[in-house]
Amino acid sequence: MFTPALIYSLIFIVIIFSITLVIAMYSTYAERKVAAFLQDRLGPNRAGPFGILQPVADGIKMFMKEEIIPDVSNKWLFILGPSVSMATCLMTSAVLPWGSGLTIGGTKYPMQVADVNIGILYVFGVVSIGVYGIMIGGWASNNKYSLLGALRASSQMISYEVAMGLSIIALVMMTGTLSVREIAEGQPGGHWNVLYQPLGFLIFIICAFAETNRAPFDLPECETELVGGYHTEYSSMKLGFYLFAEYINMFISSAVIATLYFGGYNMPFISRFVTDPNTLSLLGTAFLFGKIFFFIFFFMWVRWTIPRFRYDQLMNLGWKGLIPLAILNIFLTGLIMWATGKIN
Amino acid sequence: MTLYLFYFLSFLAILCALMVVVSKNPVHSVLYLILTFFAIAGHYVLLNAQFLAAVHVIVYAGAIMVLFLYVIMMLNLNAETEPQKGKWLRVAATMAGGLLMVVLVGALRSAADTISLPAQDSQIGMIKNLGRVLYKDFMLPFEISSILFLSAMVGAVMLGKKEIK
Repeated sequence: MFTPALIYSLIFIVIIFSITLVIAMYSTYAERKVAAFLQDRLGPNRAGPFGILQPVADGIKMFMKEEIIPDVSNKWLFILGPSVSMATCLMTSAVLPWGSGLTIGGTKYPMQVADVNIGILYVFGVVSIGVYGIMIGGWASNNKYSLLGALRASSQMISYEVAMGLSIIALVMMTGTLSVREIAEGQPGGHWNVLYQPLGFLIFIICAFAETNRAPFDLPECETELVGGYHTEYSSMKLGFYLFAEYINMFISSAVIATLYFGGYNMPFISRFVTDPNTLSLLGTAFLFGKIFFFIFFFMWVRWTIPRFRYDQLMNLGWKGLIPLAILNIFLTGLIMWATGKIN
Repeated sequence: MTLYLFYFLSFLAILCALMVVVSKNPVHSVLYLILTFFAIAGHYVLLNAQFLAAVHVIVYAGAIMVLFLYVIMMLNLNAETEPQKGKWLRVAATMAGGLLMVVLVGALRSAADTISLPAQDSQIGMIKNLGRVLYKDFMLPFEISSILFLSAMVGAVMLGKKEIK
């Protein structure tokens, strides 16, 4: 029953799970530090040296707060909302490759939980059910502001999913595969997909901002209009789950962007200096995480630089701007592939 | 293992489908319908049709049901505002539904004796084979159905406009 491969998989899943949670935890700290830096402040600096223990203090605070479930709300759905949000954002990482593979005791193990041949579609499926967490939570709160936030979230996510899917189609046409690992391995030595798909990448990253509900698209939780948006009625760790899910989503989106468009774990020139396959693989993973951290920083940079869209502007951008552009991108990709003789 | 999985998924699908009809709150109905779709997607995976399963989840659970839920939430339908039908209507509906089931069972019962399944390629559900079949053998029907979708979309936009200039 417990073969080495199974044990390896279990350990690997636990490692990925903990890395995701720790990175999400320290993203909250990083966000406040980045915000402080951009606004010429100091940011959190009381808990521990440089405020490094701030996320722990926040977590303890969240757990200690009083749990309030509104009397008129639908209790089960009220609990289900944050659970769905959290579960779906943790599921996405299953198909992402984190490295080229580890050789332990003569056997090669992949640094990936599951290499399914429809990897990207799996990511899309999980992302598209992630919206239910917000919708169910917003509706079950039985609060007008929450409901408005939930409705905004759902229409925004549906609209931007279309453009995101279309931008990926051009990439899939070029790489000829849906498996995330094969896409990552198809761009070795600095031949990143972003160089061949700049427009597709631009559309994808804008949609990623909208799908994670980050500024400038954070209208579902827009404080100036909707109090707290879909999580107005939530308190304690349920609120924590919603906020935490956003940071996990940010991490996963960064990982997807880095893998699809920026070469994933391929590190150019490194194989000239290092020969040991395990070291090589781990260096690639470190390189991937470097890119991921850059994109997390980029998410924060944008949030503290650009003001929020108005809702009709958001819809116009999605339907009248990004979708036609994405279709144009598919058309251009096809034309160039035909002109260069890749398809006949 | 696969057999147990099949029974579990079938049980889940039928139970959730029943709950869609039985539950009084429309939001609950929609959520049960989403669960039904997931169970059916599980069946597709068992049939080695991963692409179909993923697309099923993306299109039905991820897009169409979100719109259903959106409309139900916006109209704020719930158990109180929903008109509850009278007792006799319920009895009549149950009888009509039961009769329909008898007819269906009868029709399928006779069909089961005659159809013998030809040997199928077990890899047909893989995306490469599926794409080849769709774009080579069924090119014309595929394109025509996509044009049908396009015209339906244009029609919906036209109807949704406030005034036609």
